[in-house]
Amino acid sequence: MLSNTDGYVTEDGRTIGGVVMEMKNITLRFGGVTAIKDITFDIREGEIRAIIGPNGAGKSSMLNVVSGFYVPQEGEVFFRGEKRPALKPFEVARQGIARTFQNIALFEGMSVLDNVMTGRLTQMKAGFISQSIWRGKAEKEEVENREICERVIDFLEIQSIRKTPVSRLPYGLKKRVELARALASEPKLLLLDEPMAGMNVEEKEDMSRFILDVNDEFGTTIALIEHDMGVVMDLSDRVVVMDYGKKIGDGTPSEVRNNQAVIDAYLGVSHD
Amino acid sequence: MFYREAGDFSTTYREDSQTFPIKFDRYRYYAVLIIAFAIIPFLLNDYWVNAIFLPFLIYSIAAIGLNILTGYCGQVSLGTGGFMAVGAYATYKLMTAFPEVSMVVHILLAGGVTAFVGVLFGLPSLRIKGFYLAVATLAAQFFLVWLFNRVPWFYNYSASGQINSPERTLFGIPITGANTEPWAVYLFCLVFVTISAVVARNLTRGAMGRKWMAIRDMDIAAEIIGVNPLTAKLSAFAISSFFVGVSGALFFSVYLGAVEVGEVFGINKSFLVLFMIIIGGLGSIFGSFAGAAFLVLLPVLLKNVLVTGLGWPTDLAAHLEFMIVGFLIIVFLIVEPHGIAQLWRVAKEKLRLWPFPH
Repeated sequence: MLSNTDGYVTEDGRTIGGVVMEMKNITLRFGGVTAIKDITFDIREGEIRAIIGPNGAGKSSMLNVVSGFYVPQEGEVFFRGEKRPALKPFEVARQGIARTFQNIALFEGMSVLDNVMTGRLTQMKAGFISQSIWRGKAEKEEVENREICERVIDFLEIQSIRKTPVSRLPYGLKKRVELARALASEPKLLLLDEPMAGMNVEEKEDMSRFILDVNDEFGTTIALIEHDMGVVMDLSDRVVVMDYGKKIGDGTPSEVRNNQAVIDAYLGVSHD
Repeated sequence: MFYREAGDFSTTYREDSQTFPIKFDRYRYYAVLIIAFAIIPFLLNDYWVNAIFLPFLIYSIAAIGLNILTGYCGQVSLGTGGFMAVGAYATYKLMTAFPEVSMVVHILLAGGVTAFVGVLFGLPSLRIKGFYLAVATLAAQFFLVWLFNRVPWFYNYSASGQINSPERTLFGIPITGANTEPWAVYLFCLVFVTISAVVARNLTRGAMGRKWMAIRDMDIAAEIIGVNPLTAKLSAFAISSFFVGVSGALFFSVYLGAVEVGEVFGINKSFLVLFMIIIGGLGSIFGSFAGAAFLVLLPVLLKNVLVTGLGWPTDLAAHLEFMIVGFLIIVFLIVEPHGIAQLWRVAKEKLRLWPFPH
């Protein structure tokens, strides 16, 4: 068992740091339904951490707990060594956690650029007067944040559509714009909820490349949920496997693949 | 051919994020400003000012205000008439209490008072959305009109229950009361309109506008990326009500001169301004102007054609006018549900390629 501050070296030779986010004995209930039962796991600096499991296993609920959208009834969440109190979702964003959604949650009425710029809103603090005359701090902030957004836009290769209204884009590009919006906030922890759902093979390859590049280039810690086992096993450094709200496996992809409980959950087990 | 951005490059982000990034647009905007400020004032007479220009300018401010709330922030409001009444009564109380203070200050303060009232009535928006919020703002409409009718303090205990705007001057020129010159009141309102439009545009293209639009398009996602829904919604209510209050203040003090609240600022007014932004285009400053122009000009035009042109009796024309306006609104919404602003955008896109669309 690793200690909280020790790192480890991945199978492909990258060095992973200490714990960024730690979930301790999380239990989440909706009325009588227990979505998550007593789950403990951690996410370490610079790693790509996957959460997998069959439908209804509680993966999305888990991600919502990490992103602060749900507050668990029991258990503690530690972010960068400090216990996180029950925060409002917008306060969690200000701590440096960004996410994308399973069903795209872009702002359809705005252009791609404006959508990406919304990722910088927590950093824009110009006063009302300055904004209404578009002088001084407001203008300076606009230009500075635009530069950061343009870097992300270049990185994700969506320069040509930056002025296009999001509602006109095809699905695959929307997913990419959503990733751009999350990246624009320069998050310390990036949560991706099924980034490859509904994509064809080519789009999946593109998206996988972007996820690896983001991790490699910016050193962003990433936690993702994904159904495509091939993608998960290739991308992630460590995998949490959930089933019926419980954790049934945790480890590197090869460890998880050989875990009997995981095989039973995915392939079924005969009851005789 | 006529509308080209070829060869028009932005080399800085500052240039790219200006209101009119295309040179042609920018020059057209300056031309409109010059015509509005330097040419129209010399051509005006009483009829043009009272029938067309003043209502158009004042409704434009109200439409910009409501467009910020409904078009940009997505909070439907049916309380515009009530908020205009707040602006009108606030100016009236200020004008009569401090006669020596400038009208500009009174009108801005009236806007401030309306902003405060708007925030109060905007508080339910934190809990309810859509139709339910519309009904809650409807309550504001009825309550405010009732308040100004029933509490004599607001109309200074006058016997008629009306408020009358006393004569006030700016630089020695009367702008309210009975002895105003057409060009003076026109320019006075035009200054307010221009500043309102520029401020509204600056707010909506920057960080604040993005917060509003994020709330409008998907409030849950907006919250997850760090937008505080409380401040975003209430700031939209405050700024929107400020503009609506200013328009109410001008409507009473400069345009009408005398107001009976139930008649002038009733529910009809709320719907009229709402129709303006729906026809003009939600989420567009230009649309606010276009909608105000459409609904101010159309009745005047119809009246001129029917009564003056065809010689119909006035009462018949007045009734037909209602039917025609209603019919046109329905046709318009079927043909272009996103309003005149969208028509304008489509026309510009076509013109960019014309005459070689391939």
